[in-house]
Amino acid sequence: MQWEVVIGLETHTQLQTRTKIFSGASTAFGAEPNTQADAVSIALPGVLPVLNREAVQCAIRFGLAIDAEIGRRSVFARKNYFYPDLPKGYQISQYELPVVGKGKLTIQVGDAEKTVNITRAHLEEDAGKSLHGDFHGMTGIDLNRAGTPLLEIVTEPDMRSAAEAVAYAKTLHELVQWIGICDGNMQEGSFRCDVNVSVRPKGSDKLGTRREIKNLNSFRFMQQAIEYETRWQIETLEDGGTIQQATVLFDPDTGETRSMRSKEEANDYRYFPDPDLLPLVISEADITAVKATMPELPEAMKTRFEQEYGLPEYDALQLTSSKDMAEYFDRAMLELIKNEGSSTIRHGKTVANLIINEIAARVNRAELPNIRHSPITAWHIVCLTKRMADGTINIKAVKEQIIPAIWDENLTHANAVDDVIEAKGLKQVSDFSAIEAIVDEVLAANAAMVAEYKAGKEKAFNGLVGQCMKASKGKANPAQVNEILKKKLA
Amino acid sequence: MINASLKDLATALGARQISSVELTQLFLDRIARHNPEINAYITVDAEKSLAQAAAADVLIAQSKAGPLTGIPFAQKDIFCAKGWRTTCGSKMLENFVAPYDAHIISQFDAAGAVNLGKTNMDEFAMGSSNETSYFGKVQNPWDRARVPGGSSGGSAAAVAARLAPAATGTDTGGSIRQPASLCGLSGLKPTYGVCSRYGMIAFASSLDQAGPMAKSAEDLALMMNVMAAFDSRDSTSLQREKEDYTRDLNKPLVGLRIGLPREYFAEGLDAGVAKTVLDAIEQYRKLGAETVEISLPNTQLSIPVYYVLAPAEASSNLSRYDGVRYGHRAAEYTDLMDMYCKTRAQGFGAEVKRRIMVGTYVLSAGYYDAYYLKAQQLRRLIAQDFEQAFKQCDVIMGPAAPGTAFKTGEKTDDPVAMYLEDLYTIAVNLAGLPGMSVPAGFSNGLPVGLQIIGNYFSEARMLNVGHAYQQVTDWHTRMPKGIE
Repeated sequence: MQWEVVIGLETHTQLQTRTKIFSGASTAFGAEPNTQADAVSIALPGVLPVLNREAVQCAIRFGLAIDAEIGRRSVFARKNYFYPDLPKGYQISQYELPVVGKGKLTIQVGDAEKTVNITRAHLEEDAGKSLHGDFHGMTGIDLNRAGTPLLEIVTEPDMRSAAEAVAYAKTLHELVQWIGICDGNMQEGSFRCDVNVSVRPKGSDKLGTRREIKNLNSFRFMQQAIEYETRWQIETLEDGGTIQQATVLFDPDTGETRSMRSKEEANDYRYFPDPDLLPLVISEADITAVKATMPELPEAMKTRFEQEYGLPEYDALQLTSSKDMAEYFDRAMLELIKNEGSSTIRHGKTVANLIINEIAARVNRAELPNIRHSPITAWHIVCLTKRMADGTINIKAVKEQIIPAIWDENLTHANAVDDVIEAKGLKQVSDFSAIEAIVDEVLAANAAMVAEYKAGKEKAFNGLVGQCMKASKGKANPAQVNEILKKKLA
Repeated sequence: MINASLKDLATALGARQISSVELTQLFLDRIARHNPEINAYITVDAEKSLAQAAAADVLIAQSKAGPLTGIPFAQKDIFCAKGWRTTCGSKMLENFVAPYDAHIISQFDAAGAVNLGKTNMDEFAMGSSNETSYFGKVQNPWDRARVPGGSSGGSAAAVAARLAPAATGTDTGGSIRQPASLCGLSGLKPTYGVCSRYGMIAFASSLDQAGPMAKSAEDLALMMNVMAAFDSRDSTSLQREKEDYTRDLNKPLVGLRIGLPREYFAEGLDAGVAKTVLDAIEQYRKLGAETVEISLPNTQLSIPVYYVLAPAEASSNLSRYDGVRYGHRAAEYTDLMDMYCKTRAQGFGAEVKRRIMVGTYVLSAGYYDAYYLKAQQLRRLIAQDFEQAFKQCDVIMGPAAPGTAFKTGEKTDDPVAMYLEDLYTIAVNLAGLPGMSVPAGFSNGLPVGLQIIGNYFSEARMLNVGHAYQQVTDWHTRMPKGIE
């Protein structure tokens, strides 16, 4: 039988607020245990929650980014269960009325575009952490994280492969950083995914029984976990077994998932509206105020890069895969146009190539946090583009000489490009007679190639160009070489 | 001095007839003498109280005294007070020393008042007789074999026995008004949201409200001036202009329309209480008020609604007492679940457990709609009853409790009979309205309270209504015997 996997995600994103969602304690990561646990975080008798408006603004930002309805009146509810790192014995969350309603997110899977429907996103507080270190045989409790604001983002069961699920998670991961609501740090747990997986015979429109893989904190593990879980479910069904609803954990060491608790053992959370908090009312003015601070979103920016700078879709997509890179490119283009005139807009593709092929690749290799940390600034890109356009240098010199020099020597000053050209004598030769002399030399020395070309082998032409460039130590103007060669071989 | 009004105490302190230290010591001595029997206080800390008194004397000497500066007040042991053991009447918090002040406590501190000690109460404010306290029963000073009411029974007994000039209480379903009635005091539960709940240990968050307990309406007004304030740390605290609750005390009552709910004078009301309350209402007619019969048709529903909603909230509010971070933890246990079970089995008393179980049940999957949701709907109907009623009258009057103080142990084994104690008070909490009880006389030698219910934020008017009555009666100045 042909099987189809059906996947939905619940993602907990820690919001980048300075203080906790219901108290003034700091949310900074990595402090000594319990040094950021105030009276509210510890749940002392008599303390009360007060909602952090900053967290609400983050939720509105997300709602606007996925084109969702913002709940004008949402309600905080208590989710009751006992656990040592849950100080109140309940988590304040949202149940029936969430702050963000239905929305959608477009993802790219290979060459295909797909829309994932988002069911809802709601605000809630994070729990503390249980520490299983050396505490005289006991468990330690660190309540620093307790009360950190979370936005839980829930999708419809719209994904049909591990690749789609990972593409969604990556797109979401980028989006929450793009709009500045989450630092995206998966190691520190700022972005955690629970994945619901079920399988069904292909063509069926009935959902199979799902199992939930909890707390995946890397995209690689997510891919592995879903693939394993899918195989396991299909094998179980094909062996005549049935799937029991369960919560499972992924073990990265074995690459397997194992059941944590079954449906029968599941908690009855006894949700009810939290009487300590009034319903959260969001006005049109609140939404307008947040809207005014929203950055241009990746989708819009991608379209603009295609339309304004004439980029192919692939390049536009690459550049908008992170906000830093998109802004870096945008800044380079704006500077270029500002300094060299609006006609330079035609160099968009050149700028994009430099950034994607040269700079981004180096940033990745050097494992810099993002492109803003590159010593080659947007201004350097402008200078390189300008010098290529006016014929001072060619792309070979840029790739092999100038960029390595600036990068390696960390030449961050504004004139770095011209300085390197000068210092290394990279000015290309555009003197007609000098190039003609080189071409004549090359033609004389490569009679075989000339013959091939004349016999109809177009490729031989490129070989001759290469020889001319080599002979000029890379300094000949390639356009002129082309022109003269063509004339001589005609 | 022990029967003096707050105003007279302030005058005496201002005139240096007595210092705050002397006044505080006087009450500390009386506590030392009578508390072993009456058991109104759980915790007394003379050193702390006297230090506050000494600080107050400095303020008085510098002429920086406010109306309550230097006056000692008993604080219900539900309010966290920094450095004070705060037990909420429970073994669970037997050794809990609060590291911070409740808003109410800091308001009294800022006024220069003295904390005289923490008063006994039903465990986690669950009870109407003060018999559920882990720290023992409290005697009613009017008849030591009887209960003082609850849950603010310790505060009521302390003021009635003149072991404090006045006290704070909290009222979730009648916990200020019923003990005030049973102990011959004046007590006010303000509109929900007028006093901050920050630092007040939660029982049922949507119903809990702090309020003053004192001898007279005038004393209540002076205390309200300190207790009522917006507090950003309580999201249900109301941001309102600061009021002077004494401003209307002396307004005439001519033309006041008093609503008398049919349902409050029906079956279940003790005849002696009924007569005493009706006599008081007659007194109001003499003062120029008119009476009009009204109906609060859903009164009977208020008890079942309350006993769904309050336990539901309590079951969640009390989850934090799990032995992990503070409070009682079982000495021996095998694993986490065993630690939870033993800790809570040992730390909570029977009534608290009963309400946690009821609350857990009504919130459970499959029962939520039938109980919790239904009760919330009925809660709105009950509030609408009052909305209708206040179209016909300015205040509503009736008994605060169906009877006078009952004998200790009399209702212990019959929770429903105990719950009926709150028949006339609970609806007020469900509607979030202000309610007050003032001494209206005696039935068989025991105090009877007249309940005055006002519309939202009409506390000043209610205090005026109480005060006018107390200008022509002296029930509020009567003292029980045997407290010399």
